[in-house]
Amino acid sequence: MEPTRARILIVDDEAVVRDSLGDWFRDEGYECDTAESAKVALEKLTHGSWDIFLLDIRMPGIDGLELQRKLKEAQPDATVIIMTAYASVESAVEAMKQGAYDYIIKPFNPDDLEHTIQKAVERKQLVSENQQLRTKIDELNLLHEIVGTSAATRRLLEQVAMVSASDTTVLVRGESGTGKELIARAIHANSGRRYMPIVVVNCGALSEGVLESELFGHEKGAFTGAQYRRKGKFEMADGGTLFLDEIGDIGLKTQVDLLRVLEEKKIFRVGGNVEIPVNFRLIAATNKNLETMISEEKFREDLYYRINVFSITIPPLRERREDIPLLADHFLKKFARGMNRPLMKLSSEAKEVLTNFEWPGNVRELQNAIERAVLVCQSAKIMAEDLPLKMNHANGNAAGRSLAEIERLHIKRTLEETGWNIYRAARLLEIDRVTLYNRIKKYGFKREAIDPRAGSKAS
Amino acid sequence: MQSPVTEIKLVAIGDVDRELIEYLSLTLPGTFGARCVLSATELNPRAAYNETRRQYHSTQLLQQLHDMAGSGCGKLLGVTDVDLFIPIFTFVFGEAQVGGSCALMSAHRLHQTFYGLPDDRALLFERVEKEATHELGHAFGLAHCPDFNCVMRFSNSVEEVDLKASDFCRLCEPKLRQMPDATLAARC
Ligand SMILES: [Zn+2]
Ligand SMILES: [Zn+2]
Repeated sequence: MEPTRARILIVDDEAVVRDSLGDWFRDEGYECDTAESAKVALEKLTHGSWDIFLLDIRMPGIDGLELQRKLKEAQPDATVIIMTAYASVESAVEAMKQGAYDYIIKPFNPDDLEHTIQKAVERKQLVSENQQLRTKIDELNLLHEIVGTSAATRRLLEQVAMVSASDTTVLVRGESGTGKELIARAIHANSGRRYMPIVVVNCGALSEGVLESELFGHEKGAFTGAQYRRKGKFEMADGGTLFLDEIGDIGLKTQVDLLRVLEEKKIFRVGGNVEIPVNFRLIAATNKNLETMISEEKFREDLYYRINVFSITIPPLRERREDIPLLADHFLKKFARGMNRPLMKLSSEAKEVLTNFEWPGNVRELQNAIERAVLVCQSAKIMAEDLPLKMNHANGNAAGRSLAEIERLHIKRTLEETGWNIYRAARLLEIDRVTLYNRIKKYGFKREAIDPRAGSKAS
Repeated sequence: MQSPVTEIKLVAIGDVDRELIEYLSLTLPGTFGARCVLSATELNPRAAYNETRRQYHSTQLLQQLHDMAGSGCGKLLGVTDVDLFIPIFTFVFGEAQVGGSCALMSAHRLHQTFYGLPDDRALLFERVEKEATHELGHAFGLAHCPDFNCVMRFSNSVEEVDLKASDFCRLCEPKLRQMPDATLAARC
C-alpha cells in the first residue's frame, strides 16, 4: 500500500511562527496549513483533516491544553505536539499526561524539530512528500560508470549486482585510484538502502582522537568546548550505508570500538549514556595487505573476519588494458557533456598512447588525463599531444628547475585550463581547497578579468 | 544571444576572516558562471543584534543587504561570522529570497571549534562553499532538493551540511541555467 502524505496543522497566535514554520514544513515536504486561534482550527477541522497538530500552549481565548481536549474528542487518533516556551514547560508536561505525543521548546532547534516530526510521522506510517519524491528520482544506479569488457570488469559487475541485493558487509580492495569509492556507491545505489544517504569517512585522513569523535559524535559537555551535541557518522548513516575508506589506517583502539558497534548495532555518543540504535550497512575499503597487518598485530583478526564477509578486489588498470579505450571514451563523453562541448573523439594514436601507458594512478589518473585533454583540446579530436602524459615519461622541460617552480607552473596551468574552476582544479591536482587557495596566494596568481563563461565552458 | 554575465557581489558583515571571502570570490564564478567582486562597503551587523538571544536577526540583515543592493541582475551575498537566528529557530546557517537579489550566510557554526573539535580549515572552506552556493542557489531561483547528493538539500545541522555534495544535482543544475521568474519566498 502506498503510504499517504502527512498533513500538519499549526495553531499559533503569532504570525511569525505560523509563517516560518509553515514554510519550513512545506520545504521539508509536508502538506501544511495554519490557524491563528483555536476557534479557526476547530472550524478548519470541520472541512478538512490533519494527521499531526502543532499547538501553541499559550493562546488568548481557548489555550493549547483546552484545544487538545476538543481535538481529541473530535478525532481520538490525532497526534498532538505542544509548542511551548521554557517558562511554560510544566503545562507542556501536563499536556503530555493528557495524551499529547510530545512537546517542543521555542525557539526550536531545527534538527530536534525534524526528529520529533519524523518520529510522529513514522509512528502513523505516513511519509513526507520528499520521501515520495525521493522514490521518484530515478536514482542513477552507477553501474554504467563501471566500464569495460574485460573478464575482470565483468566479474566486478557481477559481484556488485550480487552483493547489492543482500545487506552484508563488503570489503573492497585495490590499489589507490582504482575506484573503490565508486564500487561502494554503486552497491549502495543498487541496494534497498538507496533512498537513505551513503556516509563516506576517510579514516586515513583523521587522527585517532578525531576519528573517534567523528564516528561516535559527542554529547554537550563531553569535553571542554563541547557546548553542543554533535551526531557522529554512525548515526548519520542510520538506514543507509557507511563507507569506511582506508580502514587499514585506523588505530587498534578504534578497531575495538568499531567491532563492538558492528556486533551490538548501537552506540553511545562520547560523554553520553543514552544508547542509540544504529542500522547501517558497512562497506570498508583498503589498499593495504590486512593479512600482513594481522601477522604484525597492527590489525585485529576478529575485526578482519567481521568486515571480510564479501570481498571485492579491483585489479589495477595495467592488468586490464583492454578496458582503457572504452574507459577513455566514457570519460570523454562525460567531460564533454559536463563542459558543454560538442562530441569529441580520440585519435587512434592517442588511443594507443593511453593503452600503453603504465597508469600507476589507475582509473583516477586516466580520468584526470582525459579531463585535462578535454579542457586543453581546441578541436573535436583529441591528439596524442593533447594528453598530459609526456610529463610522466621523461619530463624534459623539468630539467634544471626547482620543485617549487614546477609546482608553480603546474598549478598555474591547471587554473588556466579549468578556467579557474577551483573545485575542478583542486580535484585534478588532488589537493584540498585550502592548499590550492594557499598556493594561489603564495605564487600571487590573479584571476584574469575574463568572461567566466568563456573560461570554464561549464555554464 | 548571450545574456549579460551576472555579477555576484560579496559583502563582509562584521568581522569576517578575509581569506574566506577571497576564497569564495575565486570559487563562486566557476559554479554560477558569474563574475564575482568584493564590495568596498561592509555592513555593520549591530542593528540586528538581539540582546536576549545574543545572536543576530538573519531576516533583518537580509533586509539591510536588500537596501544596499541596487537595481540590475546582480546578486549580493552577505558573508558573516556572527551567529544568525530567526525567531522560531535556535539558529540558521543563512537565509535568502528565492529568486531575489540577496543571500546571506554565516560561518559561525561551520567551524569545527564551535563544536569543541580541533580546527580544520579544509573542512571549513568546504562547508562555507556549500552554504554560500546553497543560499545563492536560492537567490538564483532554486528551491530545496531532496537529493542527498545536491547542494540544495536543506541542512538542519552541520552534520547534514557535511553529508551533502558541493555542487548541484543533475536536476537542479539545468534549472539554475534557465531560471524563470520565481515567486519570492524566504528560505534558509
Ligand atoms: Zn538538486
Ligand atoms: Zn535553503
